[in-house]
Amino acid sequence: MAPDRACVLAWLRRSAQALHEQRQYLSDLDAAIGDGDHGINMDRGFTAVLDKLPAVAEADIGTILKTVGTTLVSTVGGASGPLYGTAFLRAGTALAGKQELQPSDVALGMDAALEGIMARGRAQRGEKTMVDALAPAVDAFKASINVGQPVADALEAAAAAGEQGMLATIPLVATKGRASYLGERSAGHQDPGATSVTLFLRAMQSGR
Amino acid sequence: MKKLINSPESVVKDELAGLAAAHADLLRVDFENQIVVRADAPVVGKVGIISGGGSGHEPMHGGFVGRGMLDAACPGEVFTSPVPDQMLAATRAVNGGAGVLHIVKNYTGDVLNFEMAAELAQADGIEVASVTIDDDVAVRDSLYTAGRRGVGTTVIAEKITGAAAAAGAPLQRVADLCRKVNASGRSMGMALTSCTVPAAGKPTFELGDDEMEIGIGIHGEPGRVRMKLGSASEIAEMLLSPILEDLPFRSGDSVLAFVNGMGGTPLIELYVMYNEVNRILTAKGIRITRNLIGSYITSLEMAGCSVTLVRLDDELTQLWDAPVHTPALRWRA
Repeated sequence: MAPDRACVLAWLRRSAQALHEQRQYLSDLDAAIGDGDHGINMDRGFTAVLDKLPAVAEADIGTILKTVGTTLVSTVGGASGPLYGTAFLRAGTALAGKQELQPSDVALGMDAALEGIMARGRAQRGEKTMVDALAPAVDAFKASINVGQPVADALEAAAAAGEQGMLATIPLVATKGRASYLGERSAGHQDPGATSVTLFLRAMQSGR
Repeated sequence: MKKLINSPESVVKDELAGLAAAHADLLRVDFENQIVVRADAPVVGKVGIISGGGSGHEPMHGGFVGRGMLDAACPGEVFTSPVPDQMLAATRAVNGGAGVLHIVKNYTGDVLNFEMAAELAQADGIEVASVTIDDDVAVRDSLYTAGRRGVGTTVIAEKITGAAAAAGAPLQRVADLCRKVNASGRSMGMALTSCTVPAAGKPTFELGDDEMEIGIGIHGEPGRVRMKLGSASEIAEMLLSPILEDLPFRSGDSVLAFVNGMGGTPLIELYVMYNEVNRILTAKGIRITRNLIGSYITSLEMAGCSVTLVRLDDELTQLWDAPVHTPALRWRA
């Protein structure tokens, strides 16, 4: 069965739950190489998102995602607000008017989110950022649906690839954001942004 | 944690309420949008100038709102960038039809949020120019980092662009002047102690009783080197050498020398530092033609200082001397 609006809303609620549970962990990762507020900021943002969801419960998927985007931009602050906000806004634009999603639609939304983050943050792969988890996840999702696997399997592949990408940020030297001020000293720490990306991916996978 | 606050959650709002109560003749605070706006904004036909960033650096930026400097400031939570909604509301509030300049310190969060706000304002039909300040020479390698941080030169740029806008200069001219100040200014800071973000409740970093950090950022970002505490004379050398080499400043240059306190440093020590700065520059044939000494861009209760030099010409000097009346800077007005 194709994911519909209810699946998307359930995914957002699970994501909010995961961010809330991992709030301290994300902030601790951030404290090591940034300013230690990533978990606090994301939790604040998704608490605001949960408040907004009832108002768009009957809307199309594009509208729901755009609402998430504008809410994050308005409430998160720091660098993650504009980055996650842009990702959801672009995905929402790509999926405007959709009531349910074919596998190719999910790929379209993921691509738009990734491109949004890369454009807003002027980031490429391998710079110890959110991109390092999201890009391999999008690749894995597309490879999986291209060989005709069901969406649930493709989402599992995406989450696994994202987590691998997240772990691969540990030895990297940051060249973007506040972590870059540390230079070589940023190596040996897992990127908090890549980590929060995997929470969204995992929440998606357990949705089906 | 010992602080004069009611609660960590209310510290920014409580401070803004105090600012509004103290300076109603100069500014008002829009609490819904969390912005500080010049009392008589928008001034019709004048370029509006806004800036913003995390709180905890007072008097920057709210203390520079008034006549002849900023038209509005957008304070975020302590050490956290404000959000685009604040910047958009500020841009609308100060747009007198001549466009609005955004002065942005180079931190990824500030840059991205201001960028989104500029896009939204332009979609509203407001002409916006954005200039990023990146004057901190402590960050060496700009190719492999987010670039140099924006520090002391921000204060000078806000004063000089504010004077140009007050004199009726058009938006592109005001933006060009801002770029010129940034291109002429270099800074470096140092810390004697750490600072405590109220919501965190513990010091941002640890520094031994006999240690200092040279090259510190205004949010406690790591500097170039941590070492045993030196004398004011030695510290002045360590801060000035990289500044002088970088521009470079040369014999015969006229400069504005800005010795800034980080929040927990008494004025007696800042004057000791100014004396050392003056001695070093005089020996190199560099003339201090203007100065600013005090705590203007701070890091909560951090002890330490930063030194900013801005190379001056007649144009920048005249704009620096022009009347200004804000809570934190006032002369000839």
